Amino acid sequence: MEKNKAHEEHGYGMYILVWLALVTLTGLTATVAGINFGKLSIAVALLIAVIKSYLVLTEFMHLKSEQKSFKVFVFVALLFICISFTLLFTDYSFYVR
Amino acid sequence: MASDSIALDHNGHEPSYLEYEGKHKGLLGWILSTDHKRIGILYLISILSFFAVGVTLGFLIRLELLTPQGTIVGPQAYNEFFTLHGVIMIFIVVIPVIPAVFGNFFLPIMLGAKDVAFPRLNLLTWYLYIIGGTLVLLSLILPGGAADTGWTFYVPYSVRTGTNMIFTLTAVFILGFSSILTGLNFLTTIHRIRAPQMGWFKMPLFAWSLYATSWIQVIVTPIVGITLLMVIVERVFHVGIFDPSLGGDPLLFQHMFWMYSHPAVYIIIVPAMGVISEVIPVFSHRTIFGYKFIAYSSLAIALFGSLVWAHHMFATGMSDTAEFVFSLLTFVVAIPSAIKVFNWTATLYKGSIELEAPLLYALAFIFLFSIGGLTGIIQGALNVDIYLTDTYFIVGHIHYVVFGGTGMGLFAALHYWLPKMFGRMYNKKVARVAFWFVFVGFNVLYFPFFILGWMGMPRRSYHYLPQFQTYHVISTVGSWILVIGLVLMLGNLLRSLINGKKITERNIWGGETLEWTVETPPTFENFENIPDVINGPYEYKQNEPATIEEEVK
Repeated sequence: MEKNKAHEEHGYGMYILVWLALVTLTGLTATVAGINFGKLSIAVALLIAVIKSYLVLTEFMHLKSEQKSFKVFVFVALLFICISFTLLFTDYSFYVR
Repeated sequence: MASDSIALDHNGHEPSYLEYEGKHKGLLGWILSTDHKRIGILYLISILSFFAVGVTLGFLIRLELLTPQGTIVGPQAYNEFFTLHGVIMIFIVVIPVIPAVFGNFFLPIMLGAKDVAFPRLNLLTWYLYIIGGTLVLLSLILPGGAADTGWTFYVPYSVRTGTNMIFTLTAVFILGFSSILTGLNFLTTIHRIRAPQMGWFKMPLFAWSLYATSWIQVIVTPIVGITLLMVIVERVFHVGIFDPSLGGDPLLFQHMFWMYSHPAVYIIIVPAMGVISEVIPVFSHRTIFGYKFIAYSSLAIALFGSLVWAHHMFATGMSDTAEFVFSLLTFVVAIPSAIKVFNWTATLYKGSIELEAPLLYALAFIFLFSIGGLTGIIQGALNVDIYLTDTYFIVGHIHYVVFGGTGMGLFAALHYWLPKMFGRMYNKKVARVAFWFVFVGFNVLYFPFFILGWMGMPRRSYHYLPQFQTYHVISTVGSWILVIGLVLMLGNLLRSLINGKKITERNIWGGETLEWTVETPPTFENFENIPDVINGPYEYKQNEPATIEEEVK
């Protein structure tokens, strides 16, 4: 419980900043969707999504102030999703020009 | 809730969860209760009701296939029957059944807790489940008819068919939320509210199995949710996502669908493996062999099982690299399953075996799941799979894994824990007789599928060539034997709840896990005080003449 005190010490300022960053990044996603990056278009969209998820996980979901074991589990879960996506897009890029 | 707020009965005892009266009474006391045990019972009643619908549909499918041409229904009704049978059995019965019923009821007790971490969220999952289930049944009776795509909803047909697809897709989407929230609740419960002395390696293996399952539920269920949502968007707004005529890619659907639906096999089977890990040491009176290996193998199954999805797509024209990688991973995932099977059989070795109904079903699980698992490995080989794709071999394999595995795990759990849940014992002799009907009926029904598949009989086919008829007739007779067994088994259990022998003994079977230390049936708050956890969950050393290790020495 001691560790959770960090949550309460968080000011609202940080939340508003993160929220603004998320709104800006959403705008960026919509903007870059109109630009043709070729095969990189999925990578660009995913990169923006990763930054947004990182902000939500660390700040809104307080992962920053959580126990190490939670961070490890979230990392393993994310790693697993990365492996899945790599496997999926390795095949997908084979038959989609 | 503090224990001093509970009204004691006239003997000064805390009432059982069945008798407890809180803010609401009667039916409301159940459907508004946030008690994990009552929610478990709500799930039990609902899931068994849907199971009855699924069995009826399966029975009708088998009856239809008695002759090579139409027997009792037309081809459209047949398509709807096998779709609905699959949707109900997979998404509404076997995915939730063991975690939602026995996980809800026993996980907190096994961990020395008074409830799950989020009791209200727990109740919400049941309401979501009921909404999802109702939508599926509504699709059957509303104009347009039930979905006719098969439970896999493959595009482009699922985008184009005129049946009530949106109902079914929405239902599965909602059921997915129920599943995710249950998983989240269990993860938090296991991490946060175990009894202080309940270390990770003092947890019962059932809790370990639920832990691994919950991770899969939380991580992969959103994928199928978003995929089915995209099919709905494609149907309604004609946006090209998966349908090639709209510029979409049908293989992308298959990838995304199986990214959930293959791990879902492990959501289905791992909790059943947890049940088997509880039943075997209790009925052989032996310490479980290889506790840590069994615990870790659950996590290994969760991890590797989530990375093999594209073995369902070997015949679709995937890249050779992907086919090689997924074939290899499929062979790898067999290892943790085999670890469990070897450890269970090693536990039975030289045990004082008591052949009661729970152990009979556990042994049936090992036998049938081994057949199901090994036929899965056959299909993991690329060249053989091309030949077997879309044949009855697949149908035989899925039924041996899902019904032979989770079905038997469920029946073992029912016979093992139901007396504890209700304080009444079933007729043990009838239970054993029913088991043999179920076991014989199961094999007569499903084993011919392997032969039919090998002969080239395509699955989901309404008509078939006359040379396949003998095996279809044998299979249909098997379905009759199986149904007799199921009616006998469930009838015996139901009868026991009404006028079975009352039991108040805490430790009915001689188990060592915490649920056998609480009252029968458990009180509202499970424990008067948070229990001390001194021993591991399966310490039967006093009964054991010699351990295997000692013999080896």
